[in-house]
Amino acid sequence: MSIGGDSIYREIILEHYKNPSNKGTLDPNDFTYEDVNPLCGDEIRIDVRVKDDRVSEIKFSGRGCAVSQASASILTEMVEGKTLDEVKAIGRDELLDEIGIPVSPARMKCAMLGLKVLKAGVYGLDHANEAVDRD
Amino acid sequence: MAVDTSTHFARTLQSQADPLNGALVRADFPVLNQEPRAGGQRLAFLDSAASSQKPQVVIDALTAYYERYNANIHRGVYELSEIATAHYEESRKRVARFINARSAGECVFVRNTTEAINLVAQSWGRANIGAGDLIVFTTMEHHSNIVPWQLLAEETGARLGHVRITPEGRLDRDHYAELLAQEPKLVAFTHVSNSLGTVNPARQMIAQAHAAGAVTVLDGAQSVPHLTVDVQDLDCDFLAFSGHKMLGPMGAGILYGKKPLLDAMPPFLGGGSMIRKVTLDRTTWADVPAKFEAGTPAVGDAITLGVAMDYLDGLGLDRVWQHEQDLVTYALDRMRDVPGLTVYGPQDATDRSGVISFALGEVHPHDVAAILDEDNVAVRAGHHCTQPLMAALYVIATTRASFYVYNDHDDVDRLVESIQRVADVFR
Repeated sequence: MSIGGDSIYREIILEHYKNPSNKGTLDPNDFTYEDVNPLCGDEIRIDVRVKDDRVSEIKFSGRGCAVSQASASILTEMVEGKTLDEVKAIGRDELLDEIGIPVSPARMKCAMLGLKVLKAGVYGLDHANEAVDRD
Repeated sequence: MAVDTSTHFARTLQSQADPLNGALVRADFPVLNQEPRAGGQRLAFLDSAASSQKPQVVIDALTAYYERYNANIHRGVYELSEIATAHYEESRKRVARFINARSAGECVFVRNTTEAINLVAQSWGRANIGAGDLIVFTTMEHHSNIVPWQLLAEETGARLGHVRITPEGRLDRDHYAELLAQEPKLVAFTHVSNSLGTVNPARQMIAQAHAAGAVTVLDGAQSVPHLTVDVQDLDCDFLAFSGHKMLGPMGAGILYGKKPLLDAMPPFLGGGSMIRKVTLDRTTWADVPAKFEAGTPAVGDAITLGVAMDYLDGLGLDRVWQHEQDLVTYALDRMRDVPGLTVYGPQDATDRSGVISFALGEVHPHDVAAILDEDNVAVRAGHHCTQPLMAALYVIATTRASFYVYNDHDDVDRLVESIQRVADVFR
């Protein structure tokens, strides 16, 4: 059986996992946040520089499964240049559309970790779950 | 009204002289005989260390209970309740025979291993552990044999000691001896590691602990389903295990305890069934095991656990162990040939059960397990409720395959082929 069909391990995930965009850290930064997915121990940290109320630079770092790391990479591409209000408005479905392949319930937490971390950073909240889950 | 819960597994009836045939056994397990997903292969179920599948006789026995003699047990003065009570107590005797307890009264029905260990910690522990006392457990314990002792230590001011492991994933016996020299009050350890498959030398370790004056708690969750466990031979003071990992239903497990210890222990949960006499001011307790079975137990599950034990005895525990030794030998041999694959724990089948934790290069265990799932190979990925062990191995998580009676070489081949596909995907 080859990869394809319903597999989540299609090119977009593997490509972003192997060659992630915006991987690294920013020092100094305007905000930074990190969190873990206790289910499988995924870790994501996101650093952001803001200029004119827009995301001027964004970097992510961390380790974990391909789904968590690739979706964080995809997310950083999505939000570059967006205003903070636009970032706040990004929902689960918008990120899933960008990932473009079905994510099973078991992997949803992996796929959403980057978004959860970014929103927590933007809102300055410790609990960004609500912000992601209500979408 | 006679209710027949005797087992009959004609399909797998094999001579006890022959090795166990996993494919024949599999025919008894409806979950494993379902139509595969479109275009796919049958389910290769390699997660029995988490919970086993159930044979038809076990499913039938549970259904029979609810269809034919469901009633609350004890004190029901009508036939149905008397039948249910008789079967419940008969199952307790069955359990006692299975582990060679001196009497059925030493076997307390609980939900699972976790509840059994918590019962010991909260009842025996609170009554016997004080400030400064030492409690010893090991680095390879499941969280259920760590957290209850931490809770007890917080409450009582007791100290905790942890036996280190060797690089091969065995207990450091010298360190164990050092800790015993500090005269612990209690020693708790797993018979078989749920993450590494290591079989610990329980009999010797218990004898050493007794010589140091300690009471012993043996976690049998991963041993009782797979090898002959004889509590009189091992001489453990307590043994905890779950029914659902040994072909029985979820909801019934066992705490075995030596009678004098159980007799002297205060109750765990208070409520119905565990009392002798209740007044508004004070209560006297029922005798063991009823003292520890407050409230309505999982009657059907407890009865059906006895049926699962009949089935296992029909297969023969010695054959089950030999079968798993064969599978783990074959699997270790095949996995050795996969480039970049690391097996944790003992590297050969000696004193090792059919549990294999592994890593494939840098590929995250969840990705490994997810791709295996695409090939309908079911394994577990994560810390396996053994985070201190993962830390000692310097990993966050592993992928784990575990074998049981219904597995065969074909399952191992499927596992290895799928792992190779993972390597291709992440190349």
